[in-house]
Amino acid sequence: MTRKFQTSGAPHIPPQTRVATVMRQVLLALLPGVLAYSWFFGPGILIQITLATFFALLFEAIMLRWRGRPLKPFITDYSAVVTAVLFALCIPPLAPWWISCIAMFFAIGFAKHLYGGLGQNVFNPAMVAYVVALISFPQAMTAWLPPLALAEHGFGLSDSLITIFTGQVPLKGGWDAVTQATPLDAIKTGTESGLLMSDIRHSPVFGSIGGLGWEWIAGCFMLGGCFLLYKRVISWQVPLAVISSVILLSLPFWLADPDSNPLPLQHIFSGAIMLAAFFIATDPVSGCVSNRGRLIFGAGVGIITLVIRRWGGYPDGVAFAVLLMNMAAPLIDRYTRPRMYGE
Amino acid sequence: MTPDAGKHIHRFHGGLRLRHNKKMSCQLAVERPLLPELLVVPLLQHAGDIASPLVEVGDLVLKGQQIGQCQPCAAVHSPVSGVVELIEDRPMSHPSGQAGPCVVIRPDGREQWVKLKPISNWRTANADSLIAQLQECGLAGLGGAVFPTHAKARDGRERKIHTLILNGVECEPYISCDEMLMREQPDKIILGARILRRALGAERVVIAIEDQMGAVKEALSRAAECTDCENISVIKVPKVYPEGGERQLIQVLTGLEVPAGGRPSDLGMVCQNVATAAAVADAVVEGKPLIDRYITVTGSGISQPRNFQALLGTGFSHLVEACGGYTDDVARLVVGGPMMGYPVATDDTPVVKRSNCILALTTRDIAEPQPEMPCIRCGECARVCPATLLPQQLHLQVRNGLWEQTVEYGLSACIECGCCDYVCPSHIPLVEWFRYGKSEQQRRALETEASDKARKRFEDREARLLRVKQERAGKMAQRKKMLKDKSSQQDRIRASIDRAKNKSDIRQSAQEAGSMVGNPDDT
Repeated sequence: MTRKFQTSGAPHIPPQTRVATVMRQVLLALLPGVLAYSWFFGPGILIQITLATFFALLFEAIMLRWRGRPLKPFITDYSAVVTAVLFALCIPPLAPWWISCIAMFFAIGFAKHLYGGLGQNVFNPAMVAYVVALISFPQAMTAWLPPLALAEHGFGLSDSLITIFTGQVPLKGGWDAVTQATPLDAIKTGTESGLLMSDIRHSPVFGSIGGLGWEWIAGCFMLGGCFLLYKRVISWQVPLAVISSVILLSLPFWLADPDSNPLPLQHIFSGAIMLAAFFIATDPVSGCVSNRGRLIFGAGVGIITLVIRRWGGYPDGVAFAVLLMNMAAPLIDRYTRPRMYGE
Repeated sequence: MTPDAGKHIHRFHGGLRLRHNKKMSCQLAVERPLLPELLVVPLLQHAGDIASPLVEVGDLVLKGQQIGQCQPCAAVHSPVSGVVELIEDRPMSHPSGQAGPCVVIRPDGREQWVKLKPISNWRTANADSLIAQLQECGLAGLGGAVFPTHAKARDGRERKIHTLILNGVECEPYISCDEMLMREQPDKIILGARILRRALGAERVVIAIEDQMGAVKEALSRAAECTDCENISVIKVPKVYPEGGERQLIQVLTGLEVPAGGRPSDLGMVCQNVATAAAVADAVVEGKPLIDRYITVTGSGISQPRNFQALLGTGFSHLVEACGGYTDDVARLVVGGPMMGYPVATDDTPVVKRSNCILALTTRDIAEPQPEMPCIRCGECARVCPATLLPQQLHLQVRNGLWEQTVEYGLSACIECGCCDYVCPSHIPLVEWFRYGKSEQQRRALETEASDKARKRFEDREARLLRVKQERAGKMAQRKKMLKDKSSQQDRIRASIDRAKNKSDIRQSAQEAGSMVGNPDDT
């Protein structure tokens, strides 16, 4: 008595993970940072994440339909959500709603789908979105809030919603009363006007290492990043290269002239360095493939960021650094191909 | 330099730690199943060509009688005494899934052996006669690659190897036939190792086993305590898939890599499976050809998984019945392990020299196939690749037909272990792409060769035609020149004739002038 069977190629054990699982793990790893963010700066970030996610999924669906691709597997892969959350974490928490709309249109429509969709994009979509918004709407993109601890008025959910959707601050004094320079802004303008670093750091926006509140958020991103390292979603090369290159490059400046150069740790714990090290520069699609390539990629991101912070026109330069290194990634890959067995 | 294989344990790049699922088939002692009604012996059981049959339909054959001949590959023998009922094309349990010529034998139940020709004095016999015996007894690598043993032995002898590695690392999940063999017949394996060592002219034998194999090390070490057993060591290696691949095993034992495109003998080593060593002992000491092998019948699709010592040619269905049949949710039948085994479309498939395991998987094991997503370049595949390739790059190159790049990125070095498939979050069937890419590379190489030949032929023809044309043109020119010369000659002749004529005219007119008043018009 014989029996027939369906055949299928080896291996016969199904793959152990899915793209959606990987993306969900990234989102989970972002959670501590997001919670810390809303703890220190109010619920604006949660509204921005919701908005960006909505627009990202909307444009993802439109582009998929337009390109004749199946909706379900790609809408549910969470990749657009990751882009949206990373973008929302980079913009001021009270930025007007249409910034998310325009930025996600560029991120999903241009940076992602015009290059061929998931896995094909040359540039990190979240960073494209951020740079488009920053260059097009500099005023809205630099209206940062002080930590709640320093704010005169607590910013609740309804105030945040009104501000984001109307662009008007529902408080006496309007925008000027609620916005404040970020620690990196303070360093930039302070050093440019010849203030000593020790005087600059007297400002209440600074905490013990980085910016007040910001240092905790950065710490939470690092915590989430370690979870991703543990889960092997990201490899250690990029975060290590980003952080160590920032430290190694800023250390001699600080040693030579501590009055006009911030402490290396200050660099690490302010701005988007920590977010970039673990969540943005580690984007596999637009990054490097080989281990040596990842070290070079990460170091490039760190160095360019620092160069922009020190000599450039922007207080932070992570997004530009990532995009520039995205351009270099294929070339780096070409020259860092690992040695094959027996070669 | 003779690396001391096994002195230190090294690592190879990548690999996977898989659930090994071996216990289920190790519970019962190995038995011989009842004689099946029919045995189907394929004539292609080795790497190499199809053997030509030495028997005809209706012939009586004895157990161990040679029924297939193949030069330079190994011989095929009848596993039973009986009658040749048919010789026809049937599924022959080959990874290609193709049908091929098989000898169908109906056993007579008498199990009458052919007269065996053992080499009892193997300690003094010369190596060539030992190697010839392996060929006559049809030995081939029983780990699954079925490379003819005599050919490997001859190659090793010619290249003066120093170490024989016996591979007892059964790194694929589920398979336990080598482990059971090492437990039950350690003496035979050690004997085979000594014979092989002599045939190869090697000094050392290293038997590599997994660190999770319980009593195996003790059994083999005890068996290796004989006189004349010096330089035989049993080494435990950590269990990482695909450590049983010979390149990976050599790297683990020595830290050296077999050169790309080369063989282990480049490093002075030869790898053989432990089951092959046991078969060598049978072939040389008892003269028994290879007509049976240990085989694992296992998986959650089998009621009572276990190991058998099955005659080659036994149908899979016969063995499965001896295990109490399938479970209800059986969905796929695989020969070999779950990572590299090949599926069969029916259990009406015979046990052959390469079949180490019949694996019945259930719907739960194989899961619903997920839709394939685009590569997100996460690089997990490169992390686990034991050949240190970049599977994600190779995949794109094969898919886009960038064949020159696939050569540069080492597609041919892929060992098809399936590690990359296992970790790919996008569920891309990478190994299938690579198999396709390799066959396409081969096809293109052949095509290039053919087109090179054609181009050469064309160019030669063009050159010949040109030469002929030039020669013809040369001749023509010469002839023209000659003709031209001829005409000028004629001119000259005519001129001299004219001159002569003139002279004679002058002379004539002078004479005439001398006689009368000359007419000036005459000049």
